Amino acid sequence: MTTKMFGAPVQRTEDLRLLVGNGRYLDDLGEGSYEAAFVRSPHARARITGIDVTGALDVDGLIAIYTYEDLTGRVAEPLPLLIPHPALTHGRTAYPLAKEFVNHVGEAVVMVVATDRYLAEDACERITVEYEALPPVVGIENAHRADRLVHDDVPGNCAAHLVQEVGDAPAAIAAAPNRLELKLDIERSACMPMEGRGVYARWDAADESLRVYTSTQTSTGVRAAVAAKLDLPLDRVECVTPDVGGGFGVKIVHPWPEEILIPWAARLLDHEVKWTEDRREHFISAAHERGQLQTVRVGFDDDGRLLGLDVEILHDNGAYTPYGIIVPIITSTQLLGPYKPGAYRVDFRSLYTNTVIVTPYRGAGRPQGVFAMERAMDAIADHLGKDRTEVRAVNFIQPDEMPYDHGLLFQDGRPLIYDSGDFPGSLDALKKLVGWDEFEAYRARARAEGRRVGIGVACYVEGTGVGPYEGGHVQVETTGKVVVATGLTSQGQGHQTVFAQIVADELGVPIEDVTVTTGDTRRFPYAVGTFASRAAVMSGNAIALAARNVKAKALRIAGEALEADPRDLEIVDGQVRVKGSPGASVALGTVAVLSNPLRYAFDEASKAATQLTGKADFSKPPVAEDDEPGLEGRDYYSPPTATFANGMHAVIVETDPDTAEIRILRYCVVHDCGHLINPMIVEGQVHGGVAQGVGGALYERMEYDEHGQLVNASFMDFLMPYASEVPKIEIDHLETPSPLNPLGIKGAGEAGVIPAAAVFASAIEDAEGFPITRMPIQPSELFHLRKRFAAGEIPALRRGADHAAGTHR
Amino acid sequence: MKPPAFRYHAPTDLAEALDALAEVGHDGKVLAGGQSLIPMLNMRLAAPAHLVDINGLSELAYVRTDPGGVAVGALARHAEVEADEAAHAVVPLLRQGLRLVAHPVIRNRGTTVGSLAHADPSGEMTAVLALLGGSMTLARKGSTRTVAVEDFFVGPLEASIEEGELAVAAYFPRLPGRTGTEFVEIARRHGDYAMCGVAAAVTVDDDLRIVSARAAYLSLSPVPLVLDLTDALIGRTADTAVWQDAATLAAGSLEPEGDIHATAEYRAQLAGVLTVRALRTATERAALVDPNGTTGTTSTERSAR
Ligand SMILES: Cc1cc2nc3c(=O)[nH]c(=O)nc-3n(C[C@H](O)[C@H](O)[C@H](O)COP(=O)(O)OP(=O)(O)OC[C@H]3O[C@@H](n4cnc5c(N)ncnc54)[C@H](O)[C@@H]3O)c2cc1C
Repeated sequence: MTTKMFGAPVQRTEDLRLLVGNGRYLDDLGEGSYEAAFVRSPHARARITGIDVTGALDVDGLIAIYTYEDLTGRVAEPLPLLIPHPALTHGRTAYPLAKEFVNHVGEAVVMVVATDRYLAEDACERITVEYEALPPVVGIENAHRADRLVHDDVPGNCAAHLVQEVGDAPAAIAAAPNRLELKLDIERSACMPMEGRGVYARWDAADESLRVYTSTQTSTGVRAAVAAKLDLPLDRVECVTPDVGGGFGVKIVHPWPEEILIPWAARLLDHEVKWTEDRREHFISAAHERGQLQTVRVGFDDDGRLLGLDVEILHDNGAYTPYGIIVPIITSTQLLGPYKPGAYRVDFRSLYTNTVIVTPYRGAGRPQGVFAMERAMDAIADHLGKDRTEVRAVNFIQPDEMPYDHGLLFQDGRPLIYDSGDFPGSLDALKKLVGWDEFEAYRARARAEGRRVGIGVACYVEGTGVGPYEGGHVQVETTGKVVVATGLTSQGQGHQTVFAQIVADELGVPIEDVTVTTGDTRRFPYAVGTFASRAAVMSGNAIALAARNVKAKALRIAGEALEADPRDLEIVDGQVRVKGSPGASVALGTVAVLSNPLRYAFDEASKAATQLTGKADFSKPPVAEDDEPGLEGRDYYSPPTATFANGMHAVIVETDPDTAEIRILRYCVVHDCGHLINPMIVEGQVHGGVAQGVGGALYERMEYDEHGQLVNASFMDFLMPYASEVPKIEIDHLETPSPLNPLGIKGAGEAGVIPAAAVFASAIEDAEGFPITRMPIQPSELFHLRKRFAAGEIPALRRGADHAAGTHR
Repeated sequence: MKPPAFRYHAPTDLAEALDALAEVGHDGKVLAGGQSLIPMLNMRLAAPAHLVDINGLSELAYVRTDPGGVAVGALARHAEVEADEAAHAVVPLLRQGLRLVAHPVIRNRGTTVGSLAHADPSGEMTAVLALLGGSMTLARKGSTRTVAVEDFFVGPLEASIEEGELAVAAYFPRLPGRTGTEFVEIARRHGDYAMCGVAAAVTVDDDLRIVSARAAYLSLSPVPLVLDLTDALIGRTADTAVWQDAATLAAGSLEPEGDIHATAEYRAQLAGVLTVRALRTATERAALVDPNGTTGTTSTERSAR
């Protein structure tokens, strides 16, 4: 019997290649290609009054210099607004190279192509762009006040205003026995993949075709966009994703200006051209996320049960909205977490500022939403003097209420219906894992030693596996090896392993015989992309369905060969055999040979399939009317709605009474993403997510000054946590299957990061005894909060008196 | 993030290096471990026409210890100085400071002399050299001079190394008598440049009473700042000292500045806390020093790869 792969902690098949340095990332390609560099705006808002390139003309190795004036055809039009929405009444996108105005520091103004990147940068340095600097709009409050506009034709700097309502929340709150209002603030961070963006294009003039390699999360999306922009038939454009060194969301945005400009220049110059983003470019010209100001009003009964929830969100979308308003939509819907909100009203404004664009970063608006909801839960518990987990529990949607319809529209425009989940079970598991009920005793002991500790909890629900669809193709070669392709891309998640596990089980072949290709439009042209924790759910199920088609065909053909009923056959270790009589079998590779009638033999195996030597039934054509040659199958999976995973985190922190340093003592995760295909890979995803969560909660922020300069645009001052800052992570899993898809799985890619800001705020507040309303928080800020608290400028938590050990200085 | 073109010189001995520097000094830079210089080149913050790489000067790859102190050659890596037992026995403050310099990978490449030449007032070695009252040996074609630490650091990222000069060694003298030291700092992340750091040296008499207490401050001033805090502690022992008095005395001379990681006020708070922590530990250590102990001359050399 072949061992079952689904559910096993199979080692990642891609790792050996990657770990010994055999990965092929974008910059590993295109030896000998020209390279591009960009002159980028040093101003947050300015009018371009002149560009003088003469100084650069005598740089050795210079090939070409392009400004907006040089752009042709649709390349000269604004970049597409990828995801339109009726509420996005004032969507704006940039030009590939700035036309007259620049709207953030880092916006591309001039593209230089030279024989290498060094020389391209030399030329960039000698190009003079004259600007008439204009006062910028920086910060959400300034954007909202709208004394100045980012785009003259966008009143109030407001790109979109969307209100969703279920019931009458203001009335419910007004009538509630208890009411609270919270003002919350969450800062920007960014994906910061180890590998930045990059594009490499090859134009074949004779074939009039283009091949684009790009470090993307959607090769089909880039392909369609490039074909449209360059006015090429789709079949003349191929897009290939090489190894990608992380994406975390930023590479789902497409086409980036460079993804249009590089192929355009390659065609124009009839020469390969490449651009590899450097770190500074990534900071100032890619994308950021998170920044929001929130006002949360809640009304609740004496048990802490929500009666009404009214949330107003001011969302900073940066200078342009190419990716629409996905982030604030997700915030406003996923904010609800595992709870029933009573009446709910959410109102967001998506605002322009003269800063880098804001597009999804792992978690994609959820961390902010969870922050709002979980801060409210903690505030309610504190107000009522109740345990924080108790208040959460009374608000949970119960397992027997599934599927649960919130009456709202989710990011995919479809109803927000939770398919399954056991929230009380998750909370119990978490309390046990972290020792919630023993914590007060621990706190007392710590306090006796002069130490200040706190515990926090935060819960979330994550819509994963959003549609519209993904597909899979599975083919058994005549060697018996199986090749699998799916259109979505991989950024290091382990897709090659997980999809091979699924196929190995479905087809009954050893996992070593399965090879998976992702993100190559030559292999699979229909796909959406890798985002929203959707790859396993979407492509995993599509590939499973495709493999089932292949299996059915294999059994049919083998049945003919073995003169057996296909229903009596099974495939074990790559052999199709009659159940119970293992002597009667045929190798899957042979079945593949038989599936494809041949005229020409090229080896011993193929001889069996040729027309004159094979045994033939002359009453039928070689390929039956409803059949196709080859042992392959293709299928698609398209879900009715997203499937909703959930999780709960707890953290124990210690805050230094003197230095305000924040130390993580324990970090516990309970995670439920349905059936686990590979628990090791899921845990790896959770670890990575928590690491980014620690970064977003305690270290990272985008530090814009009032001029719109990003003053910490390097890894020296933008503090990503090192391994030494990330705690050991303790994980427990629940497996509540999704009823929506054949494999019963849910997405896991973003999970770890989602509740981090909320859970740290909860724990730090618990340690300090006063409310934490702004994240991230650094020791310097905690120090000043303590001073304000000591001066009576910040109210104590109601339970604060017990907690703050009287050691504030 | 690619450097502009430069000419690369790879001398194989000191004389060749000094010749090269004499020729290009006005427009050249020394390349040691490259841990500070290479990022500056890549970000085009520095654009020297010539780089004189001293990594081939194996004669400067030494840590030499004698009873009076430790001489560190220009090609000794932070990691080698840190690991050197003889140096540690005579000048324990070296290892106490070096373990706080960046991460092991950077210490494997970065040089101690290079970090002094770089003169970053957040660099631990600047505070170590200042607190010990050490000196630098600077060589140029035809001559060599020794510069005391007070005259060596001129400003942030500015040392009194002239055109055509190479810093060939740093000398870290042993502190006399029953003296204990400690180096503490607080950085945002493990291995980062510190928001604030304090190196302390405390000397006690035979009754373990404090006779001298000094502290050097990191990231608080344009050049390393050494304060004499003896007045606040004189005559006290580790048990009777009122450490806060020393912190208060120090505060009067500190003018911290704020940045995105720490406000000035927070830095001042850290300076106070760290002053107390460093002095207390240094005093405890002083009590353990054998005043008559000697350490023989040792030398650790390695050949450059
Ligand atoms: C991520 C990171 C973190 C770091 N953290 C810290 C830290 O916490 N504390 C700390 O102190 N340092 C830190 N550093 C810097 C590190 O210690 C450097 O190695 C050191 O500052 C410079 O030494 P180097 O040998 O690399 O010099 P280089 O980078 O080669 O040179 C630095 C400068 O000194 C000049 N120079 C070097 N040697 C000589 C010489 N012999 N004569 C004349 N001029 C010379 C060079 O011309 C150049 O201007 C960090 C570096 C990195 C990359």
